[in-house]
Amino acid sequence: MMHYLDANATEPLRPEARDAVLAAMAVTGNPSSVHQAGRAARRLMEDARESLAHRFGCQAADLVFTSGGTEADALAVHALGQGRRLIIGATEHDAIRAAAPAAEVVPVGGDGVVDLEALAARLANGPAALVCLMLANNETGTIQPIPEAAALCRTHGALLHADAVQAAGRMDVNLTALGVTSMAISSHKMGGPTGVGALLLAPEYRTIAPLILGGGQERGRRGGTPPVAAIAGFAAAAEAPRDSGILAALRDRIEQAAVAQGATVIGGSAPRLFNTTCLALPGARADTQVIALDLDGIAVSAGSACSSGKVAASHVLAAMGLGALAGQAIRASLPWNATETAVEAFATAYARMADRLRPPLVSHAA
Amino acid sequence: MRIVVAMSGGVDSSAVAGLLHEAGHDVIGVTLQLYDHGAAVGRKGACCAGQDIHDAKRVADRLGIPHYTIDAEARFAKAVMADFADSYAAGETPVPCVRCNQSVKFADLTEMARELGAERLATGHYVRRIDGPDGAELHRAADADRDQSWFLFATTRAQLDFCEFPLGGMPDKRAVRDLASRFGLAVADKPDSQDICFVPSGSYADVVAKLRPDAMAPGDIVSANGAVVGHHDGIARFTVGQGKRLGNAAMLAGERQMVVATEPATRRIVIGPRTTGTDTVRLREVNWLIPPPSAPLRCTVKLRARDQLRPAWVDSTAEGAIVRLEEATLPAPGQACVFYAGDRVLGGGIICRPG
Repeated sequence: MMHYLDANATEPLRPEARDAVLAAMAVTGNPSSVHQAGRAARRLMEDARESLAHRFGCQAADLVFTSGGTEADALAVHALGQGRRLIIGATEHDAIRAAAPAAEVVPVGGDGVVDLEALAARLANGPAALVCLMLANNETGTIQPIPEAAALCRTHGALLHADAVQAAGRMDVNLTALGVTSMAISSHKMGGPTGVGALLLAPEYRTIAPLILGGGQERGRRGGTPPVAAIAGFAAAAEAPRDSGILAALRDRIEQAAVAQGATVIGGSAPRLFNTTCLALPGARADTQVIALDLDGIAVSAGSACSSGKVAASHVLAAMGLGALAGQAIRASLPWNATETAVEAFATAYARMADRLRPPLVSHAA
Repeated sequence: MRIVVAMSGGVDSSAVAGLLHEAGHDVIGVTLQLYDHGAAVGRKGACCAGQDIHDAKRVADRLGIPHYTIDAEARFAKAVMADFADSYAAGETPVPCVRCNQSVKFADLTEMARELGAERLATGHYVRRIDGPDGAELHRAADADRDQSWFLFATTRAQLDFCEFPLGGMPDKRAVRDLASRFGLAVADKPDSQDICFVPSGSYADVVAKLRPDAMAPGDIVSANGAVVGHHDGIARFTVGQGKRLGNAAMLAGERQMVVATEPATRRIVIGPRTTGTDTVRLREVNWLIPPPSAPLRCTVKLRARDQLRPAWVDSTAEGAIVRLEEATLPAPGQACVFYAGDRVLGGGIICRPG
């Protein structure tokens, strides 16, 4: 029996998304084609685009489908960063860090929240910038003050790209309300299929240079035949109902169980995603914790996994000034269908693991 | 029984995982990521994981066992790679596999295995563990050509107690490959790994030059009486006993020469006739797999991985051990001297520079 508590890696597919994917796969047609088959595919895709645009606060014409969140981030940096300084937050995802390797980095506080004064100082001190900040962090769930950052950026003539990959589907996310220039979202982080995401643009920046030219699809902003079935599933997943109250209560139970074993909740004082918790167990290697829990049927994660599968030190936790504790934290993230049973199983397995891994107490008794 | 198998991605440890899985054990495959493969091959942007980690994962998939990659890069860089370069800079010829076994593989991995609730750690080493009257004993492999006992002398008795070496009794490599084939493993025909794992280009000098440039600084080649007879491009390129890279000094007064000492302080390579030798060898970092003897111990010793067994007496001392050879030879400082009684490993230590 496996209990899946790694939603921030990927959410289980929602039944609504699965149905939409299967239905769309029965439709033969390339949305670019002239004939009626093409029109049928195009209609599926444009229905999905309108639905997603409406939900996330942009116009349909300003939503560009990509292969996922990473490509949406890369496209934003590539297209909007031209001729601008790049400034990114210290806890950004590798999708941003790798796309902007030479960027200036704005620090975060111990709670993981970006230092807005430091951002303002940087913005005031130099030419126009593209700033990249994530709406919610993948490792800690920390929610960044994007509207405030957006206001600062406007004052200084800077653009703001928000990586909303973890936030979209888990909190209200609206490009217009956030006041950002662009925003990346991803289908599989909200229970849709993998392989599709989108870059949402503010109207005045809707014309952008593509990373992939190809046949000029997506109004010349992203070449290549779009994955119509995945796009249909993406929209269906975004529309699926969610109950954050239940998940938040389950998340709190997980935290109580871990804290009872000596764990610390990382970033617990800042606003966070309701489904995410980052738990540090002093003295216990993060990779050993993940393995021990996996052997007991609990799927969680730590740090950022590279292609070798090794658990690398977390740059997010290091940026929060956690020192050695940065290598001793795991992340539990509840999927939309998390159950009480899974949480109970986690509590049992965590206690067992903590018993084994806790450094032996030094006895001073005679 | 829950057993952690140290899987390198090669045929040997893959066969071990297959054997233990077939025997019904709860097998957990673990591969240590020891260094950044991309950096080691010097290709920017290359993946940090080499083909071997991929292979180990595919073997685990095939067998249907869990597999994990453990980040041991920091530990390996310090305990093995830095030690490797430092040893050369100190005028020695290190054995990085011994360091890796004693620090990363058998110390850290046994600890992790215990933390995961495992009762054993199994590896693909060609050695035999035999349970004797006083606990686990380390013996040479049945296949003398493949025997790796020399590299494992530093394993402590407590570690040995926890370890298992299922390939120690295999008659030859062919049999291991056949096993891997029978388990349907793609690595069955994978070539054996060569040389030092973190020097895939084969140029260990490049690695040393990066970590300890001083070991690659030029210096003099001198004869035993101190006369300068040539020049060299770094003491790290020389090992005691070596006859190559001596240029015109390779032959002096009609006699073939070899390196008899390296002097890091003066960066001098001292050469002498091939008959130079010593019958007394001092050892440090001695590990005993028997209770340390109180009187001189009669045994055979092996001074290099591929050396013959030499009759000797070994005295255990406070600093390590003194080995008295029946016949003089020229051991290389930094190499291991391992003590045997027949096939059994009694202990061993690292050869000190004379003086």
